[in-house]
Amino acid sequence: MNLLLVVPLLVPLATAAATILLARSPRAVRAASFAGAAAFLAAAVALLGATLDGTILVTQAGAWAAPFGISLVADRFAAAMVLVAALLLAAVVAYSVRGVDAARERAGYHPLLHVLSMGVSGAFLTGDLFNLYVWFEVMLMGSFVLVSLGGERAQLQGALKYVVLNLVSSALFLAGAGLLYGSVGTLNMADAAVALRELPAQGLPSVVASLFLLAFGIKAAAFPLFFWLPASYHTPPMPVAALFAGLLTKVGVYALVRVLTLVFVRDTAFTGPLLLAVAALTMVTGVLGAMAQGDVRKILSFHIVSQIGYMLMGLGLGTRLALAGTVFYVLHHIVVKANLFLVAGAMRRAGGSFSLDRLGSLLARSPLLAAAFLVPAVSLAGLPPLSGFWAKYLLVRAGLEAGNGTIVAVALAVSLLTLFSMTKIWNEAFWKPAPAGADAAPAPLTTAERASLLGPVLVLGAVTVAIGLGAGVLYRFADAAAAQLLDPDLYVRAVLGARDGRM
Amino acid sequence: MRSVILATATRVVFPLLLLFSVFLLFRGHNEPGGGFVGGLVAATAYALLALTGGVASARRVLPARPEVLIGTGLLAALASGLVGLAAGRPFMTGLWGDVSLPVVGKPGTPVLFDAGVYLTVLGVVLLILFTLQEEDEA
Repeated sequence: MNLLLVVPLLVPLATAAATILLARSPRAVRAASFAGAAAFLAAAVALLGATLDGTILVTQAGAWAAPFGISLVADRFAAAMVLVAALLLAAVVAYSVRGVDAARERAGYHPLLHVLSMGVSGAFLTGDLFNLYVWFEVMLMGSFVLVSLGGERAQLQGALKYVVLNLVSSALFLAGAGLLYGSVGTLNMADAAVALRELPAQGLPSVVASLFLLAFGIKAAAFPLFFWLPASYHTPPMPVAALFAGLLTKVGVYALVRVLTLVFVRDTAFTGPLLLAVAALTMVTGVLGAMAQGDVRKILSFHIVSQIGYMLMGLGLGTRLALAGTVFYVLHHIVVKANLFLVAGAMRRAGGSFSLDRLGSLLARSPLLAAAFLVPAVSLAGLPPLSGFWAKYLLVRAGLEAGNGTIVAVALAVSLLTLFSMTKIWNEAFWKPAPAGADAAPAPLTTAERASLLGPVLVLGAVTVAIGLGAGVLYRFADAAAAQLLDPDLYVRAVLGARDGRM
Repeated sequence: MRSVILATATRVVFPLLLLFSVFLLFRGHNEPGGGFVGGLVAATAYALLALTGGVASARRVLPARPEVLIGTGLLAALASGLVGLAAGRPFMTGLWGDVSLPVVGKPGTPVLFDAGVYLTVLGVVLLILFTLQEEDEA
């Protein structure tokens, strides 16, 4: 049982070490990297399998009992997040065979991918706030290098903004953790949750909650702290951007959900409306930003921001249905968004550019690519029967049930604008004839390129379709996960054992 | 700029620094020290060689490429955590053997972990220093 919790951390670390040792042979590195990603995926499936019946898996690292040691905890939500992260890593590694240049591969691209994944899965599985900070840093160290690897001018400009803003966020997080430790004397999430019940709901706990909100808000790219994201995500190679787009902001969202459903649960009169306002503004500014862009990568980057708003909306509403919507949304979104970035890379290869002005007639050139774009794009906009429709449907229904018409109206309007953005890419890149002054069309994709670039895209597309068609299954899972999130006592009991208060 | 004084001093100091780094590594178990500072001190020794005789001469003395040191170090740290798992205890549980060795004391998983840190730090620092200096020499 405790092996299941540790393996998702050990496999990426071992793979990172192995790919460093094998660095002299690119073929061996790729093989080891893919084998590691596959093993990670298998470990994640096993972990999810063990949590499906509602068990909350706990292990105390180093056999130091909670709250003194570091607890690793997996409930349904955490296990599902690890699984999607593993799926995405496998897709990205496969895509990288043709999607990343040899110079970057020589410079340690593969070890960094796995270090990043280790940080992400650690952040999902930890039950300790300071340990969460450490995993954030592991993840960020990997991402700092990945975002600047290659050293192109635009890349370094983007990387600078990315690094500085994330360091600010880490500092705020650390300050929050320090204040919390000063007031309750523990950073174990379950223990802190119990200890905070004895303090007044307002006052210091709300201040600390705001600090966490701010820190995780920056990581999640919520309004008004999102500007680092569109400034940096379009600069690294597309597989890196896909991994970032799929995972990094969602780790911020995950941390927000975890902290606000477990630790800071009592002052919802303060956090709820605040989150809803942030959610609405995030959705609107993100989608408006996307409309003004003419570069596929920038359009997609702004849409990440706008989509984060939907996830925060569910958290802000805070009902069981709304949280189920957030869980559903996060899981669906990771697959779809990363997929779109991978498609963008393939569009660049097939059409020679990321710019909508210079792209054209991709539909005639590669119908398969067009289909590969259409699935995640339509799902992102939220048209039935794909996964995005159900995610939005759950959130809209939760909004209506909670009697909050404003946020529902915003969500629906933003959804319409998202559709507009996606049709813009479709019309410009796939539909219209290639512009006259454009460079000669690049050579058609070779079979190897098809397998490496389009294979992962089609697999992720198939997952999107499967979520859409089998929405009932995922809904029941999300609902069960939300029920678990709404009952922090389950989590506390699992971590601290069957005692009521503090010992 | 070649300095005779630095080159001569390095020849004397180099083995002492390496010895001191190993001392720090083992001392770290109960007192200030440990794999991190140990690795830094060892890296200083090789950095001095690189400064006085060039990166190539330092690489000749280094038993393995810095990348290999990093990989091996990570695996050693990982293995120290696995020992606990293999014994049926939680990951990273500290376990010690029964024999007591001179200087080292009771060998256990913490010292293996620290040795991993030592190698990783040594590898990372040297990788950075060598890369920068080689760019300079070229």
